[in-house]
Amino acid sequence: MTLDIRSMGDRALLVATQHPARLAASIESLTIVGVIEAVPAAETVLVRFDSNCDRKSLQRTINDIDDAASSTTDTTHVVIPVTYDGEDLGDVARMCGLDIADVIAIHSAILYTVAFCGFAPGFAYLRGLDSRLTMPRLNTPRVRVPAGAVAIADQWSAVYPRESPGGWRLLGTTTMSLFDLTRPQPATLKPGDTVQFTPISPVAGSTA
Amino acid sequence: MIEILATGPQSLIQDLGRPGWSNIGVGPSGAFDRASLRLANRLVGNSETAPGIETLGGGLRLRFNEPTIVSVTGADGPLHVITNDIPRPTGRNAPLTLAGGDVLSIEAPTRGLHSYVGIRRSINVAFTLESASTDTLAAIGPTALVAGQRLTLANAAMTHPPIDLAIARSMTGPMHVIRGPRWDWFTDEAQAAVTRHTWTVSPISSRIGMRLVGAYLERREPNRELASEPMVTGAIQVPPDGLPVILGPDRPTTGGYPVIAVVVDSHLDRLAQIAPGDPVAFRVIPLE
Repeated sequence: MTLDIRSMGDRALLVATQHPARLAASIESLTIVGVIEAVPAAETVLVRFDSNCDRKSLQRTINDIDDAASSTTDTTHVVIPVTYDGEDLGDVARMCGLDIADVIAIHSAILYTVAFCGFAPGFAYLRGLDSRLTMPRLNTPRVRVPAGAVAIADQWSAVYPRESPGGWRLLGTTTMSLFDLTRPQPATLKPGDTVQFTPISPVAGSTA
Repeated sequence: MIEILATGPQSLIQDLGRPGWSNIGVGPSGAFDRASLRLANRLVGNSETAPGIETLGGGLRLRFNEPTIVSVTGADGPLHVITNDIPRPTGRNAPLTLAGGDVLSIEAPTRGLHSYVGIRRSINVAFTLESASTDTLAAIGPTALVAGQRLTLANAAMTHPPIDLAIARSMTGPMHVIRGPRWDWFTDEAQAAVTRHTWTVSPISSRIGMRLVGAYLERREPNRELASEPMVTGAIQVPPDGLPVILGPDRPTTGGYPVIAVVVDSHLDRLAQIAPGDPVAFRVIPLE
């Protein structure tokens, strides 16, 4: 199989793939001389390298990786307790034609996968959102979204690790720390990990 | 000990950054003009990777309360050492021997934008994810320097200063770029405009990104959405308004706008020295 591999400048390749987290993990596990990092995003993997790496042979190496067969490395399953008290919970329910209790039940029943991190340190894009809950970002992003906000946008769910501006729709909050620079691995979620949300407020008896 | 008397518009502690953490959304940061920080360190006998001070424009004034050796590299412009209130003009790109109490004063550059101060033995600073760099977007690393702040000298010197004077690099001529991964998303006119126009750097520029004005780069399919892609420093992204942005060292790790071209690695340091209002021209070169 020939992959779609493009140059991102003279020190990186951009590889299109259906399994970015898995391909990035496979490339990193090969410890290729001169490769600095393999970074997954939604549909691509970026492979950055230095002057010790030959671009053409790197391209051949990547092409020879069978990304569908390659096994994932040490991924973790993370359970995130959520209080479903987000500012947009009522709007989301209304726009989706659901009860608030349904939104909570649907959002917390899914087994998500961390597709990639981006936007901010420790901000993990969680793949797997139910199509009944997909909706666009807010037209006007909030200037301030609190740390721990659990949110959705398009086909993604995520937790804001730190206070920041943001345009995602807020469903709830968690007190779990998603990014802590005092830990050896500061980010709780890394590409390939699986995630589930557990409601810690009563699901029934909503006050919409 | 070093006392910060004045900082100018922005003074930051920078080393060569923290590459390799993009997987968790942390960008590289580090000196915008890497070669100049390396040189500043070499001139004072430090390891090239030691933390130094990156300062934007002029106005940084540092008082050294003990004798030491420093260097100033990067932008060109006047530089003074003030001893007992008497300023003495001195030169950049060379080791400067200071007596206790001397003040180093960096004036506004005549050419370039960012200056680098190398300090023999370097400074004591906390490392975060293996780097002392300030990432202004992610708010990781030391906070920006403020007047009145005091820094202490570390003990990181490697050798005696090996050279007396460095020859300045050539920074003229068009910036070399390679066609970006989404070059084919843009119209023929937009592709031609990259090299045909002389662009101007907008004042809305920072270590995160440099905004260019000169032409509007139109896409073939304006409504086509791009799924988030990993980014590199030097990537020229084009948001829907058509005005390109060159990503700097404090860029986000991913982005949702198509990249029309990417500045080659050997020209990245030049980005740090382009001041708002300066002209920028590009030449698209093939990969070897």
